[in-house]
Amino acid sequence: MRTIHDIHGGIHPPERKALSRPGDLQKAPIPPVLVLPVRQHLGVPALPVVAVGDTVMGGQVLAEAQGVMSVPVHAPTSGTVVAVESRPIAHASGLTDHCIVIQTDGENRWLDFEGIARWQDMDPAVLVERIREAGLAGLGGAGFPTAVKLSPGPARSIETLLINGTECEPYITADDTLMQCRADELVEGAHILAHILSADSILIGIEDNKPDAIARVQAAISRAGATIELATFPTKYPSGGEKQIIEILTGQQVPSGGIPADIGIVCVNPGTAVATQQAIIDGKPLTHRIVTLTGEALAAPQNVSACLGTPITQLLEHAALSAEAQQRIIHGGPMMGFAVSDLNAPITKITNCLLAPTATELPLPEPAQPCIRCGHCAEACPASLLPQQLYWYARAKDQEQLAEHRLFDCIECGACAYVCPSQIPLVQYYRAAKGQIRDSEQEKRRSDNSRERFEARQARLEAETAAREAKRAARKAAAQSQAAKNGSDPIQEAIERAKARKAEQEPNP
Amino acid sequence: MSLLRVTSPHTSGQGQVMTVMRDVLVATLPGVLILTAYFGPGTLINIVFGGLIAVATEYAITALRGRDPRVAISDLSILVTSTLLCIALPPYAPWWLIVIGILTAVLLGKQVFGGLGYNPFNPAMVGYVVLLISFPVQMSAWASPRGLTEVPGLADTLRHVFAPGTIDAVTAATPLDLLRQNTGLLFEDLLTNSPELTGWGGIGWFEVNLAFLAGGVWLLYRRIFTWHAPIAMLAALGACALIGYDGGSSESGGSALFHLFSGATMFAAFFIITDPVSSAVSNKGRLVFGALIGALIYLIRTLGNYPDAVAFAVLILNFCAPFIDHYTQPKVYGTGSPES
Repeated sequence: MRTIHDIHGGIHPPERKALSRPGDLQKAPIPPVLVLPVRQHLGVPALPVVAVGDTVMGGQVLAEAQGVMSVPVHAPTSGTVVAVESRPIAHASGLTDHCIVIQTDGENRWLDFEGIARWQDMDPAVLVERIREAGLAGLGGAGFPTAVKLSPGPARSIETLLINGTECEPYITADDTLMQCRADELVEGAHILAHILSADSILIGIEDNKPDAIARVQAAISRAGATIELATFPTKYPSGGEKQIIEILTGQQVPSGGIPADIGIVCVNPGTAVATQQAIIDGKPLTHRIVTLTGEALAAPQNVSACLGTPITQLLEHAALSAEAQQRIIHGGPMMGFAVSDLNAPITKITNCLLAPTATELPLPEPAQPCIRCGHCAEACPASLLPQQLYWYARAKDQEQLAEHRLFDCIECGACAYVCPSQIPLVQYYRAAKGQIRDSEQEKRRSDNSRERFEARQARLEAETAAREAKRAARKAAAQSQAAKNGSDPIQEAIERAKARKAEQEPNP
Repeated sequence: MSLLRVTSPHTSGQGQVMTVMRDVLVATLPGVLILTAYFGPGTLINIVFGGLIAVATEYAITALRGRDPRVAISDLSILVTSTLLCIALPPYAPWWLIVIGILTAVLLGKQVFGGLGYNPFNPAMVGYVVLLISFPVQMSAWASPRGLTEVPGLADTLRHVFAPGTIDAVTAATPLDLLRQNTGLLFEDLLTNSPELTGWGGIGWFEVNLAFLAGGVWLLYRRIFTWHAPIAMLAALGACALIGYDGGSSESGGSALFHLFSGATMFAAFFIITDPVSSAVSNKGRLVFGALIGALIYLIRTLGNYPDAVAFAVLILNFCAPFIDHYTQPKVYGTGSPES
């Protein structure tokens, strides 16, 4: 039996997970129009390879990866490309981004795919390439390109593949549903990932509030006759943070500024493992994902498997939204999700939940009161930070103290703001402060660049002057040596010539 | 339908500043009741009169500062400050003493720094120390406990407070006074010879301390504060008293039990040094903060000129809090040491 370690802090907000009936997976209808952003992952956007008017098949590449930190985008069904343009996307900034818009034809015709049945015999590099071509980016929420995560480099040897089935955010049941409905695929996917990483062991961690998922995954492990360890641990937010689950299950901490691979662990979301199985065994690219539609403003909350690119409004309609006059639509969970600013924005590879709460269900925050430094935030912080001190320094824009108090170790989980009796939007202060620090670093880089440019120019000018001087000196030396050879001094001669001219011009007295 | 845009988290717990302050006020009740039972209604009059003055002052000053005074009043923090100061004042203190104390606490202790959350010192202790230095006679006239003398009724109490000097107040030396003034008696003999010193901390004082301890334990249970500062203070005070007990000679600093259950010990441990605004912030920092206060209380009680020492010890450590914070940063996840 594995020792379960406790993490510092954490909170127990109401879970509200039963609302979306985990384990019951529905199919979302194919919408008339799909909007596919070329960047659904963390990194460089993909480059569109289709043009307006092109007919596309399901699974066809719409945009190709540009470089290592990029993944391609595929068509989730057949149809016609009607636009390649900027559209609103689901992002905290509320900005638009480059999207490929497909009018679906309802026929849902697909390309034929070829899987790799004997993946055990394949070179891991080939499998990683296949995973990149399938468009895999972490389905847990950050959208980190999976192929990059699977290439930790020769310097880091991976002992453990960790499947993070914690799903600690309230309301969200997408991973729970996936683990219940696709447990066999999950186990096979985990094996493929472990093979790629040459990991010695596979560990699946699930919070103890998901007994059905635990049972199904356990059964799938037995069916496969696999040596996979399934660990369960007490429910607490934010146990599902990558750093947190690693500490819970291993007692080790990921070094500040480092990655789990530094301590021999690669941590992936169960959705990513299932997508890996489909990419390798079936050869299918990532075109669908499971999304939790929940909140009391929805008459039919549920989990759906939806085409990537489905506009948010379509899914809310599918779940029978009865909107209030002022409605909050949250992309993600109530702790870390962001409010959507345009319902025409599409879901992407990182959309695990759409939450439509009523105003009584999740009341808007009260106006903030002064911080009384009660310290409840420090008690709740899973990173052992001092949120109250960070708050003061963030307000004072004291970047030195913010660094001293390790602002960048904050994972923005929101536990501090949740417990704050003064209702201070702490996370907002930290995000703003991080942004300001990044800005001033960029500013510093810019001014460093200009200074270097200026110094380079000065050096070049000096070098040119020196070269001219050297040339002149050389000419002079050459002339002098010439004169020495001729036995006369050209300068002296010139002076005498000038004197003679002057004497001629002067009138006689 | 319009879309609401707010940042995460979209949910919050039940905590509010007002409920924190309310709980602190409720937790003072047992102590106040016992004080009233032993020393008469003086403390109650202090609290009610002082509370009125404090609310009026806070209202006026926040209005002058261009803030919403109703918001400032509604968090109840001003009542906590005034109540704590008024518990510390001697029962039957003249009305002007209360007024000066409250004005000092609210204006110099709190509002000049920017109001709630910005004060570097404990406002109640600022008010108390200003009074103690300015009016030592009135401040050291503590009432005589029931059992030694007749305790005045409500009418006499009101006369004491609002028409001081018209009748003679019944005052007595507190147990800490007696201990400090003692020169010739062994500690045990002092206890048996002075009627005021029956019980572990003197008549009434043991019970008063027990009542504040009960209120403090309830606050701990309600998670209003953590155990670190109070326990560290009590442990340090007890340890110092053990070291200085000296076998109970006439030079003895008094027993540990005597120090823990006399004077303002429990009141300080659970109601004064737990003020989060002016204390150290981390749990480790609060351990240091509390322990140093405990040691200072003992030193000032036994070596200093003042009978009780809580206010000075707290203010001195308020000065040190930022310094303590600097050296007691907790180890952040994934770092070898807090500074590396």
